[in-house]
Amino acid sequence: MTDWPILSLVTFLPLLGALFALVPRGDEAVVARNVRSIALLTTGATFVLSLLIWINFDSSTADFQFVEERAWLGDTIHFRMGVDGISMLFVILTAFLMPFCILASWEAIQKRVREYMIAFLLLETLMIGVFCALDLVLFYLFFEGALIPMFLIIGVWGGARKIYASFKFFLYTLVGSLLMLLAMITIYIHAGTTSIPELLTGDHFAAGLQKWMWLAFFASFAVKMPMWPVHTWLPDAHVEAPTAGSVILAGVLLKMGGYGFLRFSLPMFPVASDYFAPLVFALSVIAVIYTSLVALMQQDMKKLIAYSSVAHMGFVTLGLFVMNPQGVEGGIFQMLSHGIVSGALFLCVGVVYDRLHTREIERYGGLVNNMPRYALVFMIFTMASVGLPGTSGFVGEFLVLAGLFQVDTVVTALAATGLVLGAAYMLWLYRKVIFGDLSKDDLKRMLDLSLREKLIFAPLIAVVFWMGIFPGAFLDVMHVSVDNLLHNYDTAIAAHEAGRPAVAEGAHP
Amino acid sequence: MFQLIVFLPLLAAIVAGFGGRVIGDRGAQLVTCGAVITSAILSIVVFVNVALGHQPEHVVLANWITSGDFVVNWAIKVDTLTAVMLVVVNGVSCLVHVYSIGYMSHDPHKPRFMAYLSLFTFAMLMLVTADNFVQMFFGWEGVGVASYLLIGFWYKKPTANAAAIKAFLVNRVGDFGFALGIFGIFLVFGAVSFDSVFAAAPAMAGKSFTFLNYQLDVMNTLTFLLFIGAMGKSAQLGLHTWLPDAMEGPTPVSALIHAATMVTAGVFMVARCSPMFELAPGTLQFVTIIGASTAFFAATVGLVQNDIKRIIAYSTCSQLGYMFFALGVGAYGAAIFHLFTHAFFKALLFLGAGSVIHGMSDEQDIRKMGGLFPYMKVTAILMWIGSLALAGIGIPGVFGFAGFYSKDIILESAFAAHSGVGMYAFWLGIAAAFMTAFYSGRLLFMTFHGHSRADHDVLHHAHESPQVMLVPLYILATGAVLAGFVFYEFFVGHHYAEFWGSALKVVGENVLEHAHHVPFWVKLLPLVMAVGGLAISWSFYIDNVPKWARLLGIAAAIGIIAAGAMPGVVEHQGGMVLTGLAALVLALVFYVGRPSMPGMLVASNQALYQFLLNKWYFDELYDALFVRPAKWLGFQLWKKGDGKVIDGYGPDGVTAAIGFVARRARVLQSGYVYHYAFAMLIGVAALVTWYMLHSGGGR
Repeated sequence: MTDWPILSLVTFLPLLGALFALVPRGDEAVVARNVRSIALLTTGATFVLSLLIWINFDSSTADFQFVEERAWLGDTIHFRMGVDGISMLFVILTAFLMPFCILASWEAIQKRVREYMIAFLLLETLMIGVFCALDLVLFYLFFEGALIPMFLIIGVWGGARKIYASFKFFLYTLVGSLLMLLAMITIYIHAGTTSIPELLTGDHFAAGLQKWMWLAFFASFAVKMPMWPVHTWLPDAHVEAPTAGSVILAGVLLKMGGYGFLRFSLPMFPVASDYFAPLVFALSVIAVIYTSLVALMQQDMKKLIAYSSVAHMGFVTLGLFVMNPQGVEGGIFQMLSHGIVSGALFLCVGVVYDRLHTREIERYGGLVNNMPRYALVFMIFTMASVGLPGTSGFVGEFLVLAGLFQVDTVVTALAATGLVLGAAYMLWLYRKVIFGDLSKDDLKRMLDLSLREKLIFAPLIAVVFWMGIFPGAFLDVMHVSVDNLLHNYDTAIAAHEAGRPAVAEGAHP
Repeated sequence: MFQLIVFLPLLAAIVAGFGGRVIGDRGAQLVTCGAVITSAILSIVVFVNVALGHQPEHVVLANWITSGDFVVNWAIKVDTLTAVMLVVVNGVSCLVHVYSIGYMSHDPHKPRFMAYLSLFTFAMLMLVTADNFVQMFFGWEGVGVASYLLIGFWYKKPTANAAAIKAFLVNRVGDFGFALGIFGIFLVFGAVSFDSVFAAAPAMAGKSFTFLNYQLDVMNTLTFLLFIGAMGKSAQLGLHTWLPDAMEGPTPVSALIHAATMVTAGVFMVARCSPMFELAPGTLQFVTIIGASTAFFAATVGLVQNDIKRIIAYSTCSQLGYMFFALGVGAYGAAIFHLFTHAFFKALLFLGAGSVIHGMSDEQDIRKMGGLFPYMKVTAILMWIGSLALAGIGIPGVFGFAGFYSKDIILESAFAAHSGVGMYAFWLGIAAAFMTAFYSGRLLFMTFHGHSRADHDVLHHAHESPQVMLVPLYILATGAVLAGFVFYEFFVGHHYAEFWGSALKVVGENVLEHAHHVPFWVKLLPLVMAVGGLAISWSFYIDNVPKWARLLGIAAAIGIIAAGAMPGVVEHQGGMVLTGLAALVLALVFYVGRPSMPGMLVASNQALYQFLLNKWYFDELYDALFVRPAKWLGFQLWKKGDGKVIDGYGPDGVTAAIGFVARRARVLQSGYVYHYAFAMLIGVAALVTWYMLHSGGGR
């Protein structure tokens, strides 16, 4: 079982599907139908395959598993793949969300279907690649490559201001990426290797250098998360992106930033991470409060959810930089949960957008009258977003705050205001769209969820409750890897403290 | 058996909620009622085994969250405290379920309603059976959602939607404190299960830790944070604003959630955490003050409300205040006792009010009622029983309604605490007792007696409710009459120690011991207040009080003065003066009291009346302090922060700057050879200069 290169298979199967999608010939409708089926089959198969990774995953070791290594570019740059307890679930998340994206685009996308599906399949390969890559160059390739299909999806199949949004998206992320590239070159010059596992062990960089490199990586990951104040591309990108684009953007692309912190910033530059943690806390807390307040005033459903994503990602960065088990595991869990929940919320918006072609909140109201099933689905995800215990949203948020409280009570108290504000904007949205009297004629004609839509939502709901009631299946996978990360981090910090004059020790508790 | 009690309602909620279309209205009602009635019967069995048989149980169901030392289980822990709550929750819940069959008979969404009720019951059961803080938080938020769904059940009403959101958000403010408390407990104790925390608590007494950059006492801080949660859920002063608005929900909901069970969760929580609160004298004082203030505040507002449900809602708020100051002075048994009796008579009152509303074509304004007694005799009598129990009427030493026992023991405990805050609570509680009786009387007289002010049409259709609604009322009425008398010795009397076992913890002397030995006037005073309040409201709101009745009233007043002169009362001058004064007022009122009196009082105290009618302007205050600034800030941050500053100097600014530079650069590309030649010359000159300086000066 472990002999065959399962990670490569999972990563490149979608690419193979994309090639197949080039095959169908005939008039447009036929092509569209065949390509849709190919895309659905491919993403479905990829998900099933990815489950094999989970099933065969050994959660008792912190080492990378299913490792593949081949010579690639020259002597040092190898094609290295592997997963550990931190990255594995992101692979599953990506593969899990993808079929829903294809299904959600089934009827919504009618022009250039072939190109659209190819872009999505290509995107899947690149995203899974990001989480599997164990070589700096390979990682960079996937990480940056993922920009391109997303850029196209927004730019070609987007809404009215798609060009502005896609350029904003591209510029923001590109600036960060260039700095990251510089840092990666520096890593290679100093450490002499591009192998991530090697870089994770041992102390490669002096404290002063760490800070510069940390900042360079931070520029890239902070934009991706996105953290305040480099978040303004996200609302625009979400608003203009087609539904499935939003799902992937919120569900997976944002997580690449958090994953980057876990894979690079924290383990490779521990001293710098420790040094900059207050900065991260400050930006995150501002993000939670600031974007929650902004979300409160939005008129556009997607913008509201986009701003809420920034707030939720604020919890993630808080948790990651706390560097204790609850914080880090909470942060990872929050990312997984947010991937499902915000993805589902965008799908919910997509349902009504497909029917009325507007996202303006004021245009809706009273949908519970003719769409009771939709109302129920939307309610469940609203509650999950609010972090109701029993749903996935609670576990991550609660663990993050519990971990954060050990380190800084002021930050915790400020961040916890997100509990109130988050409920305020989500319930307001729900009330405006779902409750009230059904007075508008065009709304009255809207039909409840179709079978296809029910098939999309049912598994997502199941996962939300599963993660909320028995999160053990997800947390157990992380424990050892997270412990290992924390152990190395603490050792590095301790070594650094020991190397400094005794006077300064008091300053770092 | 324990699993059945907790999970049957959940199962019923799922079946009725998702299968409502398949099994139909009747099916949904049968499933939910059947499940909750079964749970209720099993709860009584558990109560007998655990509380009376002294066999606490603890079942761990599964692991919930594990992360580092943070370990939380799904569990069922049943001791006497939980057993009492099980009986209250399932008992009232099953009656409300049955009642709802009748009350909601005209509603098109019966399965949804029944499913929500059962879901609520499940969440409440998870709350009371938790063995750790996080599961309690699960139930805590779960009941909040169920309450949100039920308040907003009639989703077409904008007021109902607003009330639902308000309830959720105000509760979230409380939960914010609760959550911080849990994090703090985890920080201090490294655990979140009750057993480990309570065992380790004594060692932390008097220690301090850093919270929000201050050095604070550990136990005071933690319990204070927990209590903020309790204040939200139990609608205590400051976080009470959601409860009156919650009356937008259907009346059975008000009875179950906003009277008998959910709002008492805060009381339960403090009692459950008594091992921690007992080590936090500062918090206990705060609890006492908040409880007493709420009892007083809510009673004043209740005096002038005109919506039958809002009167009872403020009354609930006020009675919860009593429970809290009982907790604050350390009389946990008394607080739970009042919780227990209150569940009966307050659910009775709400369901009775629902019966009136149902019979009056959804009219809720008592100014449009009056003289309904002949139309709904049974309901009227039941409401009378509930009100007498609420007012705390009884004959000392012989027999009294449920509230008579529980309210008296609370006031006696407050007095027996012999502390400043205890006396504060005692006197405010006495004042509130008077007002309680007054507004209860006002409600009864304006609804059932005197001349009718109802529309002719409405009155024509006025009818008694069907048996399916009345039978639950009979059962509750039985409780409202007997619960105090029967259970007094267990909750607060001679059997206290063996009844409660280790469920409640008291450090030092038990204030309940002293409560039984307070001066006689202390025991008498609440009753005097209750009788006085009822009598005054009677003479205010009944037109044509016969002469003989007035004379009787004056005679009663003289009797009270005589009682006030008894040796026990004379001991304490304050008590004597007060009793005398009360009697004097009583006599005066009987003498001059007329139906025109309320109007005259209002006219002469317009400012005070408006102040009370507008609920002390809390809503307006919060709107100005929190809601508007948050919206303003949100808008500014969006348009100015994101739009002007971040985008203005960020991507848009950069784009504009590039455009600007490009336009300038374009000017340089003029096409004239001499321009280029000139530029080249300057370039060469600059290069040479740099080279010379660099090589010459550097080495």
